[in-house]
Amino acid sequence: MQLEQLVERFREKDVSAFETLYGMYSENICGVINTIVKNEVRSQEICQDVFVKIWDNADSYNASKGRFFTWILNIARNAAIDEIRSKSYKNEKKNLSADYFVRILESKEEEVVATVETEGLFKLVRSLKKKCIQLIEMLYFRGYTQKEAAEELAIPVGTVKTRNRSCISKLRENMEIK
Amino acid sequence: MDVQEYIASGILELYVAGVLSEKENLEIHRYAQEYPEIKAEIVAIEAAILEISQKANTVTPVGFETLRSQLNAGDTSKVVPLTKESRPWTQYLGWAASILLAIGLFWVYNQNKELKSQLELVESQNQQLEQQIAESNSSLEKSRELLNTLRDQNILVIPLGGQQVSPDSYAKAYWNKQEEKVFIDAKGLPEPPDGFVYQVWSLKLSPLTPTSMGLLEDFTEDENKVFALNNPNNSEAFGITLEPAGGSETPTLEQLYALGAVASS
Repeated sequence: MQLEQLVERFREKDVSAFETLYGMYSENICGVINTIVKNEVRSQEICQDVFVKIWDNADSYNASKGRFFTWILNIARNAAIDEIRSKSYKNEKKNLSADYFVRILESKEEEVVATVETEGLFKLVRSLKKKCIQLIEMLYFRGYTQKEAAEELAIPVGTVKTRNRSCISKLRENMEIK
Repeated sequence: MDVQEYIASGILELYVAGVLSEKENLEIHRYAQEYPEIKAEIVAIEAAILEISQKANTVTPVGFETLRSQLNAGDTSKVVPLTKESRPWTQYLGWAASILLAIGLFWVYNQNKELKSQLELVESQNQQLEQQIAESNSSLEKSRELLNTLRDQNILVIPLGGQQVSPDSYAKAYWNKQEEKVFIDAKGLPEPPDGFVYQVWSLKLSPLTPTSMGLLEDFTEDENKVFALNNPNNSEAFGITLEPAGGSETPTLEQLYALGAVASS
């Protein structure tokens, strides 16, 4: 079935359509949340809450304002950011900067045993420069604006768009190679 | 529009990231429907993000059955958003207080007005009572004076008997010769009809010569029905006749109500 039809049925509160969408996106959404929260148990709970929220707000989604995935990605990022801003996380003073991917990749080289998932990630981003990985993490996983990303990376705002384009293109090339 | 150039600008990647303005989002949505290449490019970019986010994920999502138990049933019970704004209760309290105050002021104003009118009424009643007391005092004074007059030893009492016109009538004359005064007690006479008045006469008997002593004016209003008249005459009898208002030169004998002779001393 076409994505558009699926989303339309979901908007009409069709549970089976929602189940299909959940199968399509739940891993991505849970992963994005964990990128920010950095706690797998808590991320699983938040991920579940996020999908309940998505269901409850089904009729507020409007296709003309963006992709369905972009919409739920935004809800997930906001929920995760709310979580780390909450009291329980404040005291832990976790490093909130966008370096999660980088650390995974760096630790990958050191660890002897690698899970299937990190193996796949490693292959996917193998030829990407560190600044590409950072930019992708900021824009897609953390909800940075172009301006915020430009400041973080100390590059002009205009450069964000073109650099991101070339980074994603690299990623797509890698996807085809496998 | 150059589709390839548009794609190469990198705006579609930002579109998928969700960092564009609402206006830009609407525009791209329109282009995506118009140009299949743009639509395909968006799908490909999204697929790359899905791929990397899936590969980066280490969290296992809960099964859908677990999630399903938390979902509100779809068609049967749509969630009605509680958008109704509840106004702070303090605002209502303020209004309520001012309305109560207004009602209170109005009530006090009315009370005040009522009390004022009651006070006025009491004052006027008071005045009436004072007047009555004054009247009573003067009436009492008059009665004492009358009593003293009648008790004077020089007083001659002459009873006047009823005559043909009104046999039940009677009157009394109290004559003080020294002071040349006669008091007529007319209690026993009927009230004169409208337009008529009693007139008192001093009579000489041989020959019969009547001399008017005066009228019993305001007969109805006078409570004592005792009238003081001057009498310088050497009277032998007194008579009372009913005359037209203002009195007459000579008595109308047909209307003689009372008559009495002075006892010779």
